[in-house]
Amino acid sequence: MRIVIIDDSGLRATVLEEGLREAGYDDIHIVPPRGAFVARLERMAPDVVLMDLGSPSRDTLEEMLIVSRALAKPIAMFVDQSDDSMIGAAIDAGVSAYVVDGLRKERVKPVLELAVRRFNAFAKIQGELDEARTALSDRKIIDRAKSILMNQRSLSEQDAYALLRSSAMNQGKKIVEVAQALITASDLLGGGL
Amino acid sequence: MTTPLKIAFLPLTDAAVLVAAQERGFAEEEGLRLDLIRTTSWATLRDRLVFGQVHAAQMLAPLAVAVTLGLSQQPAALAAPYKLGVNGNMLVMASDFAKALEPDVAARLADPLGTAHDFAAAIGLWRRKPIIGVVHRFSSHSLMLRYWLASAGVDPDKDVVLRVLPPSLTVEAMRAGEIDGFIAGEPWGSAAVEAGLAETVAIGERIWRRGVEKVLAFRESWLEENPETVDRLLRALARAAAWCDDPAHHGALADLLADPRYVDQPAELIGRALNGQIVARAGEAPIANPDFMLFSREATSFPWRSQALWIYSQLVRWGMVEHDAASVAKAGGVFRPDVYRQALADSDVAMPGASMKLEGAMDLPLAVGSRRGELTLGPDRFFDGRVFDPDRIEDYLAGFAPTG
Repeated sequence: MRIVIIDDSGLRATVLEEGLREAGYDDIHIVPPRGAFVARLERMAPDVVLMDLGSPSRDTLEEMLIVSRALAKPIAMFVDQSDDSMIGAAIDAGVSAYVVDGLRKERVKPVLELAVRRFNAFAKIQGELDEARTALSDRKIIDRAKSILMNQRSLSEQDAYALLRSSAMNQGKKIVEVAQALITASDLLGGGL
Repeated sequence: MTTPLKIAFLPLTDAAVLVAAQERGFAEEEGLRLDLIRTTSWATLRDRLVFGQVHAAQMLAPLAVAVTLGLSQQPAALAAPYKLGVNGNMLVMASDFAKALEPDVAARLADPLGTAHDFAAAIGLWRRKPIIGVVHRFSSHSLMLRYWLASAGVDPDKDVVLRVLPPSLTVEAMRAGEIDGFIAGEPWGSAAVEAGLAETVAIGERIWRRGVEKVLAFRESWLEENPETVDRLLRALARAAAWCDDPAHHGALADLLADPRYVDQPAELIGRALNGQIVARAGEAPIANPDFMLFSREATSFPWRSQALWIYSQLVRWGMVEHDAASVAKAGGVFRPDVYRQALADSDVAMPGASMKLEGAMDLPLAVGSRRGELTLGPDRFFDGRVFDPDRIEDYLAGFAPTG
């Protein structure tokens, strides 16, 4: 079974490809949705095309499925069309699949289920990366607020942090919010660093 | 209690009524909270609607008809009780291509028939078969472009290449030389003009003075099961549409739409379509097109069955569907003036007495029968003067010269 993954996120495509290879599929190709990708796809004659539901190029792909004479007519499917919760899971995971008409459902189902799991795994990694990035920028803001306090009030780093923390607790806010407010105020007063 | 409703949309200026309904409190007045879900392709918008991930969607009117007729992936019975706008498209072509057309852009836009013939002549001079981006096979844009090209003897399936790509990728594709022009909803044409990549060649409103654009589409079954919620939503949208139409609000509306959650393009570009001030060539003075995009007046939002049937006639014309009585009934049934009437019965929205009309018969504004208030319909001529009688689809189709 030839599987083509259309994706412009290298990481997501790799995560999916690895999963498929582990499951024993070995005819897998990754095509980024750029330039003449439709022509490339046509030459590959895939049995299954997997694509991120959020990709703006889905309309381009579907048009090709209508007009192509080279390809057997593939149909869009979400794992098991008769099962609403499975469709929901696929849409939530962001998987869209096009399967050559006539390919037996039981052969395709494991591929699509695996794609859903792998897309979810990727989303989780992505989420963790975003969180890590936010945490990093939060720390920078807090560091800057600390140094303002250290300079203007001659506090030690520890005391500066304690002051931010107690202010945050008193106001029922996050430390980073208090830190941001302090930086803004300090900038306005011309005392920023 | 507030009813949350999920509605999918694409980043386009004619998402305006949905955005205004949520952001300006019209939905809240009806006890609704609209969760507007930004989507980047019509395929994904369709899937979300068909599989119940959203309650409603801003949909290309021809796509709603095509999905119901089973012409697209994921066939399903859809219902469109409300039009989110008319007009708002433009065709832009690479500046080099446009050199073969009338250089005075105002004159060019004012004469779509002449420009179509100039365009036909320009095809042979171009370095390749012109590649024109359209947002979808089943889009108002694509049907309008086909209609316009064919009027000058151009076969849109043979003499040019129509390439499908989503509106948000059109400008990049122009820059990369992958396409020679495109027709799309605003602000994408203006964005390409502003980037110096293209010139406006034709405006939707000059091709069909009142061209059907996006509709609010539901799954038919959900619409039937939730009449009260649908009514509330339509009332909220009607008030939002009136707000959007008011020139005094265009600045605020452009600012709302410019938000990254919605269209994510500069307010100034978005404002051009809202104000009907179209810059056709970068750096030149805008050209006034006061009817460039309508939301409310003239009962714009009323889903005339004859308009669904006009769309159907074009699908038949281009060989996308076989013509038969069952398909006519199905296609016409996608537009739901009955639901519109019921929802807005007690409002002050002017209500047409009929559900079908001749399309393209009015050269001038015309006062018509209305159940409430005064209703004047705007001129709805096609640029070639043809009139579509929904009861005589075969005759209408026979009137077009075969292409190819």
